[in-house]
Amino acid sequence: MADQTMVGRPQIIARAIDDPDKTRGWTSWFTTTDHKKIGIMYLATVLVFFVLGGVEALLIRTQLAVPDNTLLTPERYNQILTMHGTTMVFLVIVPVWAGFANYLLPLMIGARDVAFPRLNAWSYWMYLFGGLALYGSMLFSPPEAGWFSYVPLSLKQYSGTNGQEAWIYMVHLTGLSSIIGAINFIATIHNMRAPGMGWGRMPLFVWTILIYAYLVIVALTSLAATVTMLLLDRNFGTGFFDPSQGGSALLWQHLFWFFGHPEVYILVLPAFGVFSEILPVFARKPIFGYKAIAAATVGIAFLGMLVWAHHMFATPMSTTVLAFFMLMSFVIAVPTGVKIFNWIATLWRGTVEWTTALLYCVGGIATFTMGGITGIFLAVFPIDWQLTDTYFVVAHFHYTAFGASAFAMVAALYFWWPKMTGRMLSEPLGKLGFALMFIGFHMTFLIQHSAGLSGMPRRIYEYSDESWTVYNFISTIGAFMIALSVAVTIFGVVWSLKRGAIAGPDPWKANTLEWFTPSPPPENNFDVIPRVRSVEPMKDIRREIEQRTNAEQRYRSGQPLMR
Amino acid sequence: MAALLAAPAAKAGLLFPEAGGSPNADSIKTLYIMVFILALFIFVGVEATLLWALFKFKAKKGRTAAQIHGNTKLEIGWTVGAFVILIFITVFTFIQLPSIKNPPRSLIDENGNPVANVENVQYAATNQSAPDGPSMTIEVNGQQYVWRYLYPGNDRLLTYTDMVVPVGMTVLLDITADDVAHSWWIPKLGGKMDAVPGYTNKLWFRIPPDAIPEGESQVVYTGQCAELCGRNHANMYGRVIGMRMEDYKRWYAEKVQQVKTAETNVTEQQKQLNEQQSAGGEN
Repeated sequence: MADQTMVGRPQIIARAIDDPDKTRGWTSWFTTTDHKKIGIMYLATVLVFFVLGGVEALLIRTQLAVPDNTLLTPERYNQILTMHGTTMVFLVIVPVWAGFANYLLPLMIGARDVAFPRLNAWSYWMYLFGGLALYGSMLFSPPEAGWFSYVPLSLKQYSGTNGQEAWIYMVHLTGLSSIIGAINFIATIHNMRAPGMGWGRMPLFVWTILIYAYLVIVALTSLAATVTMLLLDRNFGTGFFDPSQGGSALLWQHLFWFFGHPEVYILVLPAFGVFSEILPVFARKPIFGYKAIAAATVGIAFLGMLVWAHHMFATPMSTTVLAFFMLMSFVIAVPTGVKIFNWIATLWRGTVEWTTALLYCVGGIATFTMGGITGIFLAVFPIDWQLTDTYFVVAHFHYTAFGASAFAMVAALYFWWPKMTGRMLSEPLGKLGFALMFIGFHMTFLIQHSAGLSGMPRRIYEYSDESWTVYNFISTIGAFMIALSVAVTIFGVVWSLKRGAIAGPDPWKANTLEWFTPSPPPENNFDVIPRVRSVEPMKDIRREIEQRTNAEQRYRSGQPLMR
Repeated sequence: MAALLAAPAAKAGLLFPEAGGSPNADSIKTLYIMVFILALFIFVGVEATLLWALFKFKAKKGRTAAQIHGNTKLEIGWTVGAFVILIFITVFTFIQLPSIKNPPRSLIDENGNPVANVENVQYAATNQSAPDGPSMTIEVNGQQYVWRYLYPGNDRLLTYTDMVVPVGMTVLLDITADDVAHSWWIPKLGGKMDAVPGYTNKLWFRIPPDAIPEGESQVVYTGQCAELCGRNHANMYGRVIGMRMEDYKRWYAEKVQQVKTAETNVTEQQKQLNEQQSAGGEN
């Protein structure tokens, strides 16, 4: 009977580990190729950069709290603004999904590691060094041309300091890290799934990581070429982007956003995957429309490569081009809407357990929905002519990137922390953190739509218009509430490491294979890899065990086995 | 619907974009309000359903979760529904577009006399067309950190920061930049257009003649650069000042005269300097 349910598939058994020094102590972290340790290193590094990026955000908000503030010089303000955007995009949200994917993906598909473990370690170190290269420039002269470094401003004539080189170097290092990581994920997902896990039984988080990985390969290779052109223009006398040498300033914008918009979906698709994993667990219901959600992920990724010029509606373009990018941006709203409807339908008629992880998911979906709707305004190009480059846009992309990605990040932390550490995070602290985050977020960003509508452009280091003061002051208070929420979460994390309740292998009664292992999982993950028979293998396993336990009890108590 | 459209006029800025200085700004606002009303329904609908699901189906003792995997009809339904809404917005956008993109006729002639309203004239629907009758083209040039305007005419009058135009006249803007990218934007006069070195971007506005308040001689619209252009980006302001035609002509003549006087003075000073220098050289 046992043989039928848990068939070990023939494979090379991982080397036995007899030297405990190899798996313990601080040197084990430097030399590890274990996907779980690498995942944790990613997440710990992300946390550091998230705090740094958050402090930069607080500096920005403090500067703008009142008109004509002199806390920051214009130079300092532009540097902090550039560092904030660059940090959050390149050093936080992209790698946070690499971190979670590293930890979870092999476990979820029933593999013992990723396909190329040593390359995987290399990816992490490239990411870390990329971040250090950028932050190293803080000691000298950080970049100050904004996170999308528009030319000609980012050319040598207008940004003379080497901060821009640090930025380019960071893009190259983290880009290589992401591309190698993506190849690793793709190879792992295509080749190393547990027996029985066809494409239609793969966890939705794994689906989104697969699509994320393909997008990374398309978008970040293109960006690598683009920033190399900038490097050549700045230092080696080429003129790709310099109008005075016959180059084109718009070329940069097209090339950058050809990376930039797929990048947006690199940031949010894994967040969608997190929602799709956590909601069914706590609604105690299967995900509604598994195939539709997986298909929508693929659809969003494909369409995401055809909408880049909606970032450039105010540049000189013909109406035909404008109309094409407007329509494509509309079309991409459809698969996104489908996902939102499916998540709501997953909760519908379930028994929803209000855990912190679930609240962050629902809060994230509610927030992202708002960001999607303001996206429709911005997709209509005549409306965009009024709204682009204002605080309306700042609000919009924080509703999408923060609403989906950051909320999902914390949801994932609460959900998978017990697996990673073997201990639970405090639920009361988690709910306090959620309340602060949700209220703080909407206080910060809802009012920014109004600031933009009243004519406040983004990226200004000061303003004199008194009618903007109220909007900005409220926004600043909200930003500090978010900071408080992050502090509560970090406190909860530290507290849990020492004092958290012991989690056990499957504290949530979840659906996917990572919960089949002990918490934290052993280095080889699985001694026996179970055969997968549905999208929810753990549910099957629990049912199986229950039936067998019942059978055993009946056998022992002398009852008939078959009824 | 009309009431819904009219009521928010007072709340421009909080919920709606600025308008009132030019027909294209007004059309953008109309389009925005239409999308806003649709979006509001979708927003309330989706968020209410989400919250309802969260509260109504909260886990309780004795309640079991329905094990549903999907519903094809429902899924096709909401996919098609989303498409229909977007098609509606698309159609409405293209109905509004010509009035935003194509500059209309001026409401006055070259001498400031009102002309018959012929708003129903058709304009080419491809790229921005030139209006029939008189119009005025000003070249806008963004430079770190000031806007420069070149007025039409042989005087080649240049002004900085403040652009003075006659009200009622259709003003066409050719927007470019000399150094880095900037973005021209006066919120009440319509959308913004990027000033990118090496490219010329187009925009227009037409200030209504009744925009000048009773008893005053001008109306002022303010804005500022909207594309990060360097350290002083926050202080790159632009103003458009609308005057009645006769005031505008007087201002223009005065300005040209001032420039000429200044130029003559400079030439004389230079001459004097040169003479002094050559005199000094002999000693």
